[in-house]
Amino acid sequence: MTTEAAVHTDNHDHGHHDHPAWLAHHFDDAQQQFDAGKFGMWMFLVTEVLFFSGMFCAYVLFRNRNPEVFEYCSSFLNTKLGAINTGVLLFSSLTMAWAVRAAQLKQHTLLVGMLGATLGCAAVFLGVKAVEYTHKWELGLLPGKLYVAQVENAVHADHHYLRNVLIVPLIYTVIGLLYYLYSIVISSRLHRQIAGPVFVSGVCFFAGVLLGQYLESGDHGDHAAHASHSTSHGDEAGHDGAASSHSGTDVATANAATPPLTLVSDSSRLLNPDVFVSPVEQEIPRSDVNNQGMAGLFFSIYYCMTGVHAVHIIGGMVVIIWLIVKAARHEFHSQYFGPVDNVGLYWHLVDFIWIYLFPLLYLIT
Amino acid sequence: MANSHSSTADAHGHAGDAHGHGDGEFAHPAPIWMLLAVFFALLVLTFLTVFQARFDLGDLEIVLTLFIATVKAGLVIAFFMHLLWDKPLNAIVILSSLIFVSLFLGFCLMDAKGYRNNLIMDPNGDLLEKSKPASQLVKTSN
Repeated sequence: MTTEAAVHTDNHDHGHHDHPAWLAHHFDDAQQQFDAGKFGMWMFLVTEVLFFSGMFCAYVLFRNRNPEVFEYCSSFLNTKLGAINTGVLLFSSLTMAWAVRAAQLKQHTLLVGMLGATLGCAAVFLGVKAVEYTHKWELGLLPGKLYVAQVENAVHADHHYLRNVLIVPLIYTVIGLLYYLYSIVISSRLHRQIAGPVFVSGVCFFAGVLLGQYLESGDHGDHAAHASHSTSHGDEAGHDGAASSHSGTDVATANAATPPLTLVSDSSRLLNPDVFVSPVEQEIPRSDVNNQGMAGLFFSIYYCMTGVHAVHIIGGMVVIIWLIVKAARHEFHSQYFGPVDNVGLYWHLVDFIWIYLFPLLYLIT
Repeated sequence: MANSHSSTADAHGHAGDAHGHGDGEFAHPAPIWMLLAVFFALLVLTFLTVFQARFDLGDLEIVLTLFIATVKAGLVIAFFMHLLWDKPLNAIVILSSLIFVSLFLGFCLMDAKGYRNNLIMDPNGDLLEKSKPASQLVKTSN
């Protein structure tokens, strides 16, 4: 007992907890802790910027070499989905910045709500992304040597990529739901505030999938324009006889009913990079760019950049869930909000990257 | 949101002196109107960039696109990331990374012609030529 009393008077004994729980003992005060953490976060963001710049370098070099490939391939990217995702990410940045403010002002419930909103926006983003990716996989718009040349007058691939992609989010949502029900049963505010955002973000993912599917299916205008372009290209070559030109006009007129720009529906062909089509039935439009070496390389870059960005979104979701746990425990106040601020910086950087990715990939005319 | 006004005043009052003493308040809550204003500015710029993509502006297009994107990125960094109120050291750190990125891209582009043929898989179209079959089937891959 005497030693404990002695230790209490000794401010420099690092072995004892004479500091608040939220202040690590190797810092003099709250501000030093905050500044050190924030400086470390900025250093990390520098490495992130340089990391992404490698992929932007690949983009710049290839676009500089073959701008026509980017014009061709960009027409397969759905601008509406990209723009929606941009808006969703911008909104999530707003809620994240607001969350930092709420943490500083000790508005605990608002903080959980804002972090939950950010988490939900991230899930919507990934849901839309899942629709975009799987739609491209079905069309054979795959990276590098997996790329399948786009031909007219073919039918959709008979694949259910989207269904498979939904398995993990479904498990996540079910776990979130069970946890939420459990928190209601034991009537714990803490667990309810953690489980609620987790479950809602799972639901948001599926909302994003539905939104993406709705916009993708309503996108026949773009595809039809593209198809009529390729059809006229085919007509120029026009040595195919009546059957081909007939189906060509069919495509041009009936574009509202079926997406014309599709593929041969043989599953083995999609998995096999060596795809053969009969020249009597199919003219390959834009074969100068519509091949594995050109369009395939574009989609390598596309999947690499957006995929790494999506991995950052998933990583951000994990740390936001960690923040929600801390926020539900009412750990943050005006002297200790560093974790929220630093995760916010990371989240804004992810938004920052997307601000460049969206116009550079989707908006090439 | 009763304390929003007082904290708004706080944010402005503290904006000048970022180096308070240890036990003092170093939090500068961003005013809500500023967050919303930045958000709507970003939305407007997004609409603008989508809108300008409808027109064929030629070489000007990529310049305009990157300009709008940079304005958006600047808004995010300055206000959402609170860099305007941050320590100058942090601003130097992040801005120096952008300088190094531009050096990186610039030097890569400078001699891009030198390794032009190493950039893609099939620069001379050899594979494409060889794969033209005599049979009725055309290989759509290289």
